[in-house]
Formats: sequence, structure tokens, C-alpha cells
Amino acid sequence: MTLLTVLIPIALFLGLLGLGAFIWSLNSGQYEDLDGAAARILEDDED
Amino acid sequence: MTCCGGNIAADGAVGVSASADFSRAEELLHAGRERNDGTVEYVFSAPDIHCGACISSIERAIRPMHGVAYVRVNLSLRRVTVHLDPAVTGPIEVAGALAALGFPARPVDLGDLDELERKRRDSELLKSLAVAGFASANIMLLSVSVWSGAEGATRDLFHLISALIAIPAVFYAGRVFFRSAWGALRNGRVNMDVPISLAISLATGMSLFEALTGGDKTYFEAATMLLFFLLIGRYLDQRMRERVRTAVVQLSRLSAKGANVLTGDGEMRYLPLDEIEPGMTVRVFAGERLPVDGTVENGLSDVDRSLVTGESLPVTAEAGTALEAGAMNLTGVLDIEVTNTADKSFLAEVRAMMEAAENGRGAYVRAADRAARLYAPFVHSLAAIAFVAWMVITGGDWHTSLYIAIALLIITCPCALGLAVPVVHVIGATRLFENGILMKDGAALERLAEADEAVFDKTGTLTTGTPTVIGCAIERPSDIAIARALAASSGHPASRALLTHLDAGATARGTDIAEHPGLGVEGAFSGGRARLGRRAWVAEIAEDMSDSDRSGGLAFAVEGGPLLAVELGEHVRDGAAAAIEALHNAGIGTRIVSGDAAAQVARLADRLGVTEWHADQSPADKIARIEALRAEGKKVLFVGDGINDAPALAAGHVSMAPASGSDVGRTAADFVFTRDSLEAVTAARGIALRAQALVKQNFGLAFAYNVIAVPIAMAGMVTPLVAAIAMSASSIVVVLNSMRLTRGDPAPAANRPARSALAVGTGSMEAAE
Repeated sequence: MTLLTVLIPIALFLGLLGLGAFIWSLNSGQYEDLDGAAARILEDDED
Repeated sequence: MTCCGGNIAADGAVGVSASADFSRAEELLHAGRERNDGTVEYVFSAPDIHCGACISSIERAIRPMHGVAYVRVNLSLRRVTVHLDPAVTGPIEVAGALAALGFPARPVDLGDLDELERKRRDSELLKSLAVAGFASANIMLLSVSVWSGAEGATRDLFHLISALIAIPAVFYAGRVFFRSAWGALRNGRVNMDVPISLAISLATGMSLFEALTGGDKTYFEAATMLLFFLLIGRYLDQRMRERVRTAVVQLSRLSAKGANVLTGDGEMRYLPLDEIEPGMTVRVFAGERLPVDGTVENGLSDVDRSLVTGESLPVTAEAGTALEAGAMNLTGVLDIEVTNTADKSFLAEVRAMMEAAENGRGAYVRAADRAARLYAPFVHSLAAIAFVAWMVITGGDWHTSLYIAIALLIITCPCALGLAVPVVHVIGATRLFENGILMKDGAALERLAEADEAVFDKTGTLTTGTPTVIGCAIERPSDIAIARALAASSGHPASRALLTHLDAGATARGTDIAEHPGLGVEGAFSGGRARLGRRAWVAEIAEDMSDSDRSGGLAFAVEGGPLLAVELGEHVRDGAAAAIEALHNAGIGTRIVSGDAAAQVARLADRLGVTEWHADQSPADKIARIEALRAEGKKVLFVGDGINDAPALAAGHVSMAPASGSDVGRTAADFVFTRDSLEAVTAARGIALRAQALVKQNFGLAFAYNVIAVPIAMAGMVTPLVAAIAMSASSIVVVLNSMRLTRGDPAPAANRPARSALAVGTGSMEAAE
């Protein structure tokens, strides 16, 4: 029972972290050009 | 050139090629959006971007340009975003640089609020989906512990934590459904979102009560899981529409949003469309479309009105000829006196008719909503019966009775129904996309499956809209060489057809080759003067008038030589005959409704085996035909391309347009096919029928699920675990069933003809040149 009081907040915190990361990446436009992202990784001379 | 929006048109030289640049320059200046840091953002649509190499070559070329603060290529949307310092570089330079790289670009108007709104809604759905996914996964984790035997304080704590996650998540992620359900109820209708919203909010409310009072069963995981599944369906649906919309926008031509107006002192000035008034004189160069309605004041040219009226043959425009907006000027320069402002033009009239026609179609109810109309009252009354029955059985234990009634609503929540239709439509859209067909809306697939009468436009739909040579008397190699030289110097469709016909052989070298608008092309060659064009005009220099009994048609002659006739016909679109035959075989009546003359229509109808045809139809006549068919109880599929077809496209039960058609026609149609063959019609119908069958099966599966689930719920044997398993199982079964649409051939492709060059004669053809 005491373990649960630690583990549950940790589990929820990690879940929220993932959710927050997703929403941040969505808002910063990282899903706007998925085809482009796939092509850009092959560029070697990013200046 | 600075970004001050000055009179750019007057700065440049007056010429045919320069005129397009004037229009572009002015259009570009209006397309930007100012950013907080003082730069201006421009977005260009460049449809030729197609690979990773395009990205780097564009970005590397644009980034070092002076005044460019930011440049980024979007490969998915085929767009380039640049931030420019307006004091240093104008968007024209960037557009020029893009064109020089081989990516002709067109500005995307960022003032378009519609676009911003759509983007916001799209990411709202995705965020809701993420929140629902997060909530259902975490609550499920807690619920599994409860189901495995957690008791007492632990269970209550888990329930309270679940409540803490679920309540904000349901409020946030459920907005889409609550909003839609409220909208429907306020208008006195019931759609699929009503039972969904009811089940979700009741499940959450009851579970909250249980959690607070230390009850042993909560449905938080059911509520959030339901939201998660349903949002997946919604999001896929939205994505499909967005992709199609982008594809349709990319099809629209570089149509000018203004015109070159001649001022009193003979200067030319580019004005946006809404500033053009009746009485002004507008100059239209060869190769441009008329921006407004008007009467020719000056000039002589051939005008292609096929998109406007459906006439297959170009007409001669001279002083006094009235022309509609959208007609294409082919050969000469025309000065046109504006008779109507843009918002009262023929095009605007067509738009108004389109809207009126669309209202008639608004009565269509999607299959899912039809199902909801039966479904919602049914389950709601079952829940009421369960409540009353349990009140009687338990002797007034309202808590147990209410609990059972709500559990019934939760387990019968149309989760599978909510997925059944969108998933099929999304897969159907993908199948259509593979076949070169764009679908605007899922409901169009349902309507196409119901269609039982097909009405075709002729010009541009059953035919390709460009003429083809069906008889040619030019046979001597020396004549062929001269004819090729003359035809190559003209942009008239008849010349192009002749050039295609005489594709082998040498090209003679001539001097003084000149195009005489309305007449034809003339040039001086080693054998003497030669003419290609209107028969009477060519006959002036010809010697032998052996077949002078015919007056019209295209002709060719070298000075002193015989008059050689060229007979032109319409090119029947590939697959037209096969498509019509397939429709006949499927028991669907076909007819042709065209704006062209009776002789042309009759010939084509005869060729294709269509018995019912109507010629000389105005847009209003076309609507009237469709209304008449509707009154007979027919569901009409209309296939057309022109501006004059747009109202009919909107009025038909379902409609298709070729990508080569007019912008307004494509906007009005439910389906746009991008390949040449008219077999797209049968292919689309094949997919629609299969999709319809799958939707019905899915409804059947959902019904079977309820037949099992309802008695269990009525008996009070539903636990949260049972609900979770039952609901996810039914959703997965429905999705798997829908996936079957990805397999199988959409249409019998066996009898697809290899680029048939079927052609029908058009008799006396008043073609110039």
C-alpha cells in the first residue's frame, strides 16, 4: 500500500509527460510535413 | 521592385507574355500575412515538388537570397513557406526563383480564414484523441487492479484517482460529440452522437457517484475507451477529407483574380476583380480566360466556350460579340467592354443556381444518422423498461434499478456503429484514390451506391473537349511538311489536332508565318504562299475547287494548288463506350444532356448507344431535366465538367467531374476523377456498392452484438469488465470487417480498351485557320 502511493504518482506523471510531449510536438508543427521529415533525415549537409 | 503595391502593370512592357506576369505580381502582393517580427509570410503552392532532393534544392537556392528570413518546404502539402523582409525582397523575386528552379509556384492566400479554422479543428481532434488515449490507458491500469481483487480503501482510492483522470478527459475529448449532439437536438433531430454523448456522460456521472460513495463498480474506463475508439474514427474521416481538399485545390488553375483594364489614355492597369465596373474596357490576350462578362469592342479572335456553354467548336469573336466570363481567348487580342461586375457575371449566376440546387440535396440523411434515428429511441426505451422492471422486482430499490438502466445504455452505446461507417468510408476513399478518383465526402459514397440513372454532359465529359482529325486530304510529303509548319505556329485546338495527326514527316521552313485571328495561319514557302484555316479564306488562293459544295470545315492549300479538306471530329473519351455499356448492363439508364448543337449530340449518342439525348440545354434546362427525373423517383448520377454543368452537378443525387473540367464544376462535384478514362465512373460505382454492402454488414454485426448484450444488461449481469470486453470486441470486429474493402478488384478491368481513338464526325465545322 505504501509502495502504491509512490508508484501511482510516478506512473501518472510519466503518462502525463508523454501526453504533454505529444501536444507540444503537435503545437510546434512537427506533424505538418511527415513526408518531408522522412526525406530530410537523408540530407547530410544541413546548414 | 518594392512591395508598395504600386502600379506594376504600367511599368512593364505591353505584351502577351508580360501580361501574365502583371497579374501574378499584383496577386502576390495581396497574398502575404504580416508577422510579429516585421517580416511578411508568404506561402506558395508548388505542385511539382515531389522528393527530398526538391526540398534541399529549393531551400538552398532561396535561403541565401537577400531579405529572406526563413524558408521551409512542406513536402506533404507541396508548399513553400517564406518569411520576407518587405523592404528588401518582394514575393515576385521568390516566385521567379522558384520558377527558375523548375517549380512554378502560385501564392496561397493566407487571408483565407477557412484554412486556419480547418487546421485548428484538425489539431483539436488529434489532441482530443491523445488525451482520450492517455486517460483510457491509465484508468484501465487502475481498473485491472480493481478487477483482480483490490478491495476496501485501495479500491476506493483507485476509483477516486480514475475519477480525477476521467472527468477532465471526458470534458476535453468529448467536446466534439457533445457539440454535435447538442446541435442536432436543438434542431429537433437525432444523430449518432446523441446516444454516444448520453452514454458517455451517464457513465461518467454514475461512476463519479459510485466513486464518492465507495461503490464497487465504476465505468470510467468504459467511457474513456469509447471516446478513444470513436475519436480514431473521427480523426481518420477528417484526414481523408483534408487530403482530398488539398488535392482538389491543387487542381485549380492559375486563374487570375483580376484583369488588365485599359484606361482612357490607352494605358493598361491591373485591377482586382471586385474593382472592375461595367463600362470599363478589359484587354484579354490569347491564352487567357475572360475574367468578366462583356461585349467585344475591338479585335478579332477565336474563342473556346466549351467550358461555359458546352459548345465543342470555337466561335469567332469580333466587335459586338457577347462573351461570358470563363471563355478562353485562343488566337488574337480582344478588348472587351465589361457589361457586368464580377459578382453579377454568368459565373456568379451559376454559383447562385448551384447553391439553390444544393439546398435541395440537404435533405439527404447519412446512413449512420438514419440508423441512429431507429437506434436511439429503441435503446432509450429499453433502458426505461429495465428501470421500471427492476423497480418492481427489487421493490423500489432505485439505486440498483438506475444502475442497471445506465449499464444498459453504456453497453449498447453505438461504439461499433460510430466506427462502422467512417472506417468503411476512409478505406473506400483510399481505394478510390488509388484509382485516380477523389471523393469529397463519405456520404457521397452512399449516394453513388443508390444512383439508378446516369446523366452525362457531352463536351469535355463523354468527349475530351479537344478536336481530333478524322479525315485528311493532305497526302503529298511536301504539302504535309508545309501544313506541319503552319499548324505548329498556332495554338488553336484545330491546329494542334492536325499536328498530332501529321506526326511523322519533315517540317518545311517558311517565312512570314502569321496567324490571322478568325481566319487561320498563312506563310510563305518555297512553293509559294500557303494557308491553313477557314475554308472560304483558304479557297481564295487555291486553284482546284473540286469539292466546293461544302462550305465549312478546315482546309489547307498552297497557292495555285488544290484545296485540301481536313475533317475534324470530337475525340471520344477513353472508356466512354465501356462505361456506358457497363451502366446499361447494371440496369442503369443513361442519357446525354448537352449545351451543344443537336447534330453533334445525336452523332455521339448514336455512337455510344445512348437513346435519350437533349441538345441546346442551358444550365437551367439541365437542372430542370434532373428535377424531372427526381420527380419520377430516380436517383440521378450526373457527370459533367463545364461551368454550365455546375448547377446540375450540385442538383444531382450524386455527381462526378473530370479533373480537366472547370474549377466551379470540380467544386460542385462529389467525385473528381484525375485519369482520362471515363471508366472511373464504373470503378467508383463498384467501390461504392462494395462499401455500401460492408456498411450494411457492419450494422448487422452491431445489431447481433446488441441482441446478445441487451439481455445480459437487462438481467443486471453487466460488470465493468464485461462492458470493456464487449465494447472493444465489437469495435474490433467492425473494423476488421471494414478492412475487407481493401481487397478485391473494384471494377471489371478485363475489357478496358487500349487508348481507343474512337471519333465521330461533326460535319460542317466552322473552324478557323
